[in-house]
Order: sequence, then C-alpha cells, then structure tokens
Amino acid sequence: MTILTIDKKCWEEGLDRARSAYTLVGPAPEAEALGFRELCATEYPVMDGSQTRLSPKSVVFPPSQVMMSCPLKEGDAKQNIYESVEIGTSPRAVVGIRPNDAKAIALLQLNFDTDEYKDPYVMAAFEACTFIGLAVSTPSATDFSISCGTGPFDESALDILLIDDNDRYLTTVITDKGAAWAAAAGFCTEAEDGAEGLIQAKKEAAESAITTTIAFNRIKEKTVLDLYNADHWEKTTFACLNCGACTYACPTCWCFDIQDEVHDGTSYRIRHWDSCMSSLFTLHGSGHNPRETSTQRIRQRFMHKLKYFQDKYDHGIMCVGCGRCIEQCPAGIDIRNICDTMNREGIRG
Amino acid sequence: MQNPYLPYPVRIDAIDVATEDKSLKTFRFSFLDSEDEKKFNYKSGQFAELSIPGVGEIPIGIASSPTEKGFLTFTVFKTGKVTSYLHEMKSGDIMGIRGPLGNWYPWETLAGKNVLIVGGGFAFTTLRSSIKMMLAPENRSKFGAIDVVYGARSPGMLLYKEELTAWEKRDDINMHITVDATEDSTWAYHTGFVPALTETAAPAASDDTYAIVCGPPVMIKFTLPVLEKLGYRHDHIIMSLENRMKCGIGMCGRCNIGTELVCKDGPVFTLADINLTPSEF
Repeated sequence: MTILTIDKKCWEEGLDRARSAYTLVGPAPEAEALGFRELCATEYPVMDGSQTRLSPKSVVFPPSQVMMSCPLKEGDAKQNIYESVEIGTSPRAVVGIRPNDAKAIALLQLNFDTDEYKDPYVMAAFEACTFIGLAVSTPSATDFSISCGTGPFDESALDILLIDDNDRYLTTVITDKGAAWAAAAGFCTEAEDGAEGLIQAKKEAAESAITTTIAFNRIKEKTVLDLYNADHWEKTTFACLNCGACTYACPTCWCFDIQDEVHDGTSYRIRHWDSCMSSLFTLHGSGHNPRETSTQRIRQRFMHKLKYFQDKYDHGIMCVGCGRCIEQCPAGIDIRNICDTMNREGIRG
Repeated sequence: MQNPYLPYPVRIDAIDVATEDKSLKTFRFSFLDSEDEKKFNYKSGQFAELSIPGVGEIPIGIASSPTEKGFLTFTVFKTGKVTSYLHEMKSGDIMGIRGPLGNWYPWETLAGKNVLIVGGGFAFTTLRSSIKMMLAPENRSKFGAIDVVYGARSPGMLLYKEELTAWEKRDDINMHITVDATEDSTWAYHTGFVPALTETAAPAASDDTYAIVCGPPVMIKFTLPVLEKLGYRHDHIIMSLENRMKCGIGMCGRCNIGTELVCKDGPVFTLADINLTPSEF
C-alpha cells in the first residue's frame, strides 16, 4: 500500500487534472444543507469533514431515476415496447466521502447484486466509481460507526483514504482504481518515512473520540418471532410520525418504488426512493394492509436493519452508525436505544 | 447482462370474460419475439409482472401450464389502476410481460405423491396451471391421486368452467366443486363453503399426501384447522402468498415477511415456513 502526500495548495489543480478522465462528485451545498452531488467545472468538494444531510447513496442509487422509456403513439413501430435508457459507465471520482458512507454503498450491493438478479443501473454506477474517502478526524456525538463494523478511518470500501494533516492530505492508496485516479490527478509524491505511524496515531485519536456504541450480538441469537412479538415496540416507538426522514437520510435504506410517467407521448418507467414508513408501501389492491399501523411500520424498519439483514447476509447489521437518523428524527427516536432494547430484552412476556 | 426490469413485448391474442359479473377476464398473450418465449421458461406456481407502458405493472400468477406452448394466460381481477386499464384493452394491443418470477409449487417434492388442491375464488389461477400440468399425458404418471376442492360464491363465479366439466369426467382426478349458495335448480355439484367440503372430501393425511391451498384469507383461515384436524403436517401444507410488489426480483423491499421476500423466496411457502415468520401478508 502506497502512502502519498498531497499539498493542499496543489489539491484543486490535481482535481482539475483528473476531471479530463473522471466526473467529479462530492460534498457540496444543496439548498440550505450540505449535499452529495455531481460538481460542475468550477466547483470543488467541501473538505471540512462535515457530514452531508442526505447520504451519498444517491451516487449509485439516485432518488429518482428513469430506467426505460417507449413511445405511446399509435402506429409507431416501437409503441409500448420499453427499452432501457443508456446506462452511463464513464468514470466518476467520488471525493470526500466518509469511510462509513462508502461502506454503506458496499452494503447496498448485497441487495442489488445477487446470484439470481443484477440491477444494471446500480451496478454500472458502482463500478464506474472510484471512492476517495476523507477520514473523519472529529466524530460527532451521534457517530457510533465503530460498533457497526466500520469507523472513521475504515478503508474497506474505499480506493483511497485521505487524512487531513494541516496543510496537506496524507493519502493511502488502497486499490489499483485509486492509484489510477491519483495518477490522473498527478498526485505522486510519496510521504515521508513515519507517515504510517502518524496516520495510526490520528486513527486512534479519532476512534477514541467516539464514545457511543451499540451491541447487537444477542439479536442474532434470538428468533425473529421473539424479537417481533416483544412487548417494548409500542413504548419505544410511540412517538414515530412515520415521516420517513430516517429512511431518506439513511445510507443503507434501499427500498424503492417504480412508477410510469407520460410526457409528450413518451412513457417513462421511473424508480423512486420509497419508505417503509408509508402505509402505501404495503397496501394491497384489495384494501388490506399487512402493516397498517405506525408501530408495525417502524418495527419493520428496525427489524430489517438489525435482525433480518443479519440473518440473511451474515454481514453484521444494516447500519453504519452515521447518526443521521438520530439527528434528523423529529420525534427523538434513537436507533441506539432500540438496538439496545432488542439486544437486551426482546423475549415475549 | 440481462436487465431484469425490462419486460418482454407481447401481444394480446384473446380476451375472455371469465365470470358472470365480468370482474375477471382471462388474457391470452403471445411473445412478439419467439426467442423471448424460449427464455420465459416457467413452472406452475410462478407469477409474472404484466406491464402496461404509461400505466404500470402488476404481479399476476401464471394461469397457463408449461405444457401449453405458444402462449401465456393470466386471469385478472379488475381492482386497481393497472387492472382496470387492462380490462379495457383489446386483442392485438401490445404490452409487456416480465418474468417468470418467484418460486413454484415444489414439484420435485411432489413427485410420486398424492396431491390435494384446495382453491377458492379467483386464486384458482396457478392451481389451474398445476392441474393442467399434472394431467398432461407425459406427467400424469409422476403423481399419485389428485383431489381438487374448488369453490366460488356462485356457479357464475367459477373460473375455467369448461375445463372443470372436462376434469369431472376423467377418472384420474377427483373433482369436488362447490358454491357458497345457488338458486340454480340444475346445479349438480356441492353447495357450502370450501373448508366444510375439504373436511369430507380430502384424502387421509399421510407422509405421501400434500395439500396445496390457495384462496382468499377467510378460506385459508378456516381451511388450515380442517387440514390440521385431518392430520396434515405443517410441512405438507403448501400455500401461495400475495403481498404488494413492485420489482418482483427481491430488491424493492416491500413484500417481506420477516427475512423472506414473497416475490423471490416465495410466493410458495409451506405452513411450517410461514409459522416461523411474522404474519405480515
């Protein structure tokens, strides 16, 4: 593994150099908040370490995405025959992503890249990305990423990890993809001997700043029905408004809807983010709804993240400890408390 | 890489009104490209997404049998946006079909076994596919006794009446047809509900006898205790579930019952499987 040093004075110049081969994507102002989006030729990623309001999952899984289209006009030879839109595969440099957000994008692949079916839109976008992460030097009070199996310096889902060191970035080049981007940017100055030790010290400092943890070891051992039928759900989730803020902010929530829209005689089949907090999410054509109440819906969210996902993939929980749902929940629901309750209690009666 | 969201183009070849109240129609489709038909290799119990550009998609059980070549049939109840639109479409119209999707009745396990089919209302579609497949000359010897209990509200609400009549006349299948009630004095079959008829008509439970149950929730609710009373084990009771679906390929996240996705891991489950999951269907 190579460690480079990038002088911040040369940073934007390098990004510009790499733009000839990569579309630049990163944290940037979006309305009144910090978003994660494609940057235009005069924009650079915000590298102050702030967490984006919505997660960067939109890089591979946009909130709305046209999947296919077809003409509806009578007499057109292609009338009513859907064809896929072109799926973009040109390289994208995802710069400034948090390590645990990149980990979340890797977890999304468990859903979209399966033995039986492959989602060509998500997979193509994922493969086109080079993930250039920025280590989290100052974790927030709601960061519990380490206990979710990731952390502020987690390299597992990144191609490059940048570590802020005053007037420079120490740069760990993790994969060949990462090396290719660094070369395209012209970043090639190797760091001094001892840089590895410096990174290690910064990593330990960041990790020790995280004081909040969750445990889910016992959730795995309990049955689905014991956890599902436990007594606490009404009490622990009564305040939930089913607003869905948690599901939209979450880097690992992958549920979606598919809708047809018609514009100027052309039909578009569009995928939109959806939320298990909505009653329409599960409403049958007959009017029957298997998750009719607010409590049933939020129970589904936590059971999915903390139990079903564990059982199905044996890959930990479907959470990277970013804390967005805790910060943005208008009702003060805290996944750490729910997880703790499920881990501790969860047995009926 | 095949795009699993992209429907195969099909043409509506025939539309038959299936019930007297016209709430159900049977649509017969052929593929525009014969290569697509070869790719659409299905088994009885599977479903597909019927896809109408500009309107949407709906998951519907496949009513034709894999032994019937050259077409697919689906019997569709008019209830929402897509099904209402479909009911107004005409022969010759082009639309799409995506599938086959989901698992199937466990034909590998059912080989050499007696099969009891219990169906009600318009959930009889994949059961019709199953019966047609089992009765095909090349398949009939692969199964033991076949018993069918099928009920509808009234004689006019029974699906596939011509086939029911033909099956009645065969000696290699025992048909037990019932309607909830009728004023038709020429009605020659049973009256009463499916669970009650199941109690008297079902073959004795054994290691070699399986029940496939598919029908409205109220029928299932009262039929399961009957089968239990008759001694059917939970892993010998096979059911097909429905839930709201969009993708049909296990990705969109809405149809789960616990860890199981009805669209991909199902729709067919044994009662023993279902007992381990939250009843969110």
